[in-house]
Amino acid sequence: MTETTSQPIPAQSKRGLFQQLELDMRLLGMIGAFVILCIGFNILTDGRFLTPRNIFNLTIQTVSVAIMATGMVFVIVTRNIDLSVGALLATCSAVMAVVQTEILPDMLGMGLNHPLTWILTIIVGLAVGTAIGAFQGWMVGFLTIPAFIVTLGGFLVWRNVAWYLTDGQTIGPLDANFLVFGGTSGTLGTTLSWAVGIVATVLALAALWNSRRAKQGHGFPVKPAWAEAVMAMIIAGSILGFVAILNAYQIPARRLKRMLEAQGETMPEGLVVGYGLPVSVLILIATAVVMTIVARRTRFGRYIFATGGNPDAAELSGINTRMLTVKIFALMGFLCALSAVVASARLANHSNDIGTLDELRVIAAAVIGGTALAGGFGTIYGAILGALIMQSLQSGMAMVGVDAPFQNIVVGTVLVAAVWIDIVYRKRLGAR
Amino acid sequence: MSNAKELRASGATPLVEMKDISISFGGIKAVDHVSVDLYPGEVVGLLGHNGAGKSTLIKILSGAYQMDTGEIRVNGNKVEITNPRDARAHNIETIYQTLALADNLDAASNLFLGRELTTPFGLVDDSAMEAECRKIMHRLNPNFQKFSEPVSALSGGQRQSVAIARAVYFNAKILIMDEPTAALGPHETQMVAELIQQLKAQGIGIFLIDHDVNAVMELCDRASVMKNGQLVGTVDIDDVTDDDLLSMIILGKRPGVAAA
Ligand SMILES: Nc1ncnc2c1ncn2[C@@H]1O[C@H](COP(=O)(O)OP(=O)(O)OP(=O)(O)O)[C@@H](O)[C@H]1O
Ligand SMILES: [Mg+2]
Repeated sequence: MTETTSQPIPAQSKRGLFQQLELDMRLLGMIGAFVILCIGFNILTDGRFLTPRNIFNLTIQTVSVAIMATGMVFVIVTRNIDLSVGALLATCSAVMAVVQTEILPDMLGMGLNHPLTWILTIIVGLAVGTAIGAFQGWMVGFLTIPAFIVTLGGFLVWRNVAWYLTDGQTIGPLDANFLVFGGTSGTLGTTLSWAVGIVATVLALAALWNSRRAKQGHGFPVKPAWAEAVMAMIIAGSILGFVAILNAYQIPARRLKRMLEAQGETMPEGLVVGYGLPVSVLILIATAVVMTIVARRTRFGRYIFATGGNPDAAELSGINTRMLTVKIFALMGFLCALSAVVASARLANHSNDIGTLDELRVIAAAVIGGTALAGGFGTIYGAILGALIMQSLQSGMAMVGVDAPFQNIVVGTVLVAAVWIDIVYRKRLGAR
Repeated sequence: MSNAKELRASGATPLVEMKDISISFGGIKAVDHVSVDLYPGEVVGLLGHNGAGKSTLIKILSGAYQMDTGEIRVNGNKVEITNPRDARAHNIETIYQTLALADNLDAASNLFLGRELTTPFGLVDDSAMEAECRKIMHRLNPNFQKFSEPVSALSGGQRQSVAIARAVYFNAKILIMDEPTAALGPHETQMVAELIQQLKAQGIGIFLIDHDVNAVMELCDRASVMKNGQLVGTVDIDDVTDDDLLSMIILGKRPGVAAA
């Protein structure tokens, strides 16, 4: 036990380009796979895949699964599984459909398209989703019934509760304001989208700068300045590029005319208006940011990963792992309800089969995104990228004209192959 | 050593008293009416065969298990320890035989697990925790450098030093060490021995479980020997030889000379 006040920090030895950038190799691999996929489909479809229109559609189709996938990361990281998310989405969607088309307008006499309808509906939906999730989490955490069984049961129960609530009928049209959360009916327009893009860029760069300052403040090694600059450029370029693409997708002239006429205006000759950022995508981005902060910077997130890595150690460290399980499933339920808002608003109605097979898509997205079923590892951005890859694969194949059975065969194969590649990668890395 | 002995002789209140503790798992009486105590600045060795019940006994004190019968007093006051948080609240810190580290997290996250440092906004402050971690690890194990890697990438001894750091960092008054040197080389074992002397000098009471009778003879003031869940006896180290201890462990009988 020698007494010294300062300790040497190892000098930065020669390190590879990627290490200097401190980029996650798995993330790079996924982005690489995604880029190859996009370029491949673009060639096969004679350039129809990478059009602003298709990218816009792809994005809004991904949102619902991606939102749930962020929650599934926490569930799987703690060595659990949730097979009920698609059914839970259906129940939340059914409840919200009934609330906004029957209970609020008729029974409470608020009439059609009352300005409070959408918000009351969403509050009810989120509360129902959270409560059901918490209940399932309580059975897993406190009654110690395996999550597989609880949520397999939940899968049957909630799918059919949804059916019962709606008599199996499609309910629509939904509240006009509610539809804003669906996609095409709710976009920010070009100017606002640029504003959001610029604010997001500034915030992201500020966060980058802050973390560098914090590390320097404690005398920890930091990346070389050029590497930091490259990262900053990549971040700014991606955000602003994404906004530019969505802005470039123009509202079809006829639709625009109808929209203006609805507001009592006439359409000037030659007017072009871009869609810009859909509200649903903003919800996904907000979810991603919040969930990433929760995962990395909150005690709750830290306990989730600790419990996934070693449940006994977590318990012995004084973490209430049972309550943690309840919270994780409650959060999952909340996100299912949020996805239900987006999914039903996109379809403009509640249909009996909404969310069917979503549990598999959500689990696949999380797993393709690098979440380990053995627990302890997973990232939010990985899960979202996983959802995007799955959706691109599916709609790309549809555009190319691949027969429906083959589409699913390919998706299934990709899922298994992705996990296998991940296992090989982890072994190379020497991680357990 | 004499400090603790005088304290004991003067009739001071023990730091910890575990009285008549029993716990069974299914039909097995893992701990069977065992009483031990510990004074400030004292090291009490717990000895016994594999499966004698040593770890189970101290896990009751650390809140990992709940006893069936018996009572625990800290500074003379009866306390309820029903989970690890309760134990920590009484300044009881534990180094578990299994180390109890989350393999996927780095050293700093493990050090502060359950007691994270936070920023004014309530977010975990990783930089501050790493800085603290570097400080204490430098004191305990100057060679330790792997701060940004998950502890699964560490050697057994390095993991052990993380576990020790976690118990020492939070101003423990009562320290439980379950075979702390099991994974360590001779040099590191020596460092732990020095650490125990330091902590003892600060008035911390230590329960030390160790299979090495010589180490117990060197480090401890008293030794309690267990066999098949029962307490064979507690002896003053100054009154016994290592052979006496060995025969207590093996035969389960107190040597005639010993008086606790
Ligand atoms: N969680 C448990 N469930 C069932 N039996 C247990 C449990 N923990 C311990 N036991 C049993 O209690 C007895 C005492 O075990 P304990 O771990 O306390 O032994 P020990 O003295 O620490 O041994 P060692 O020197 O090998 O560490 C053993 O028979 C063991 O099988
Ligand atoms: Mg033991």
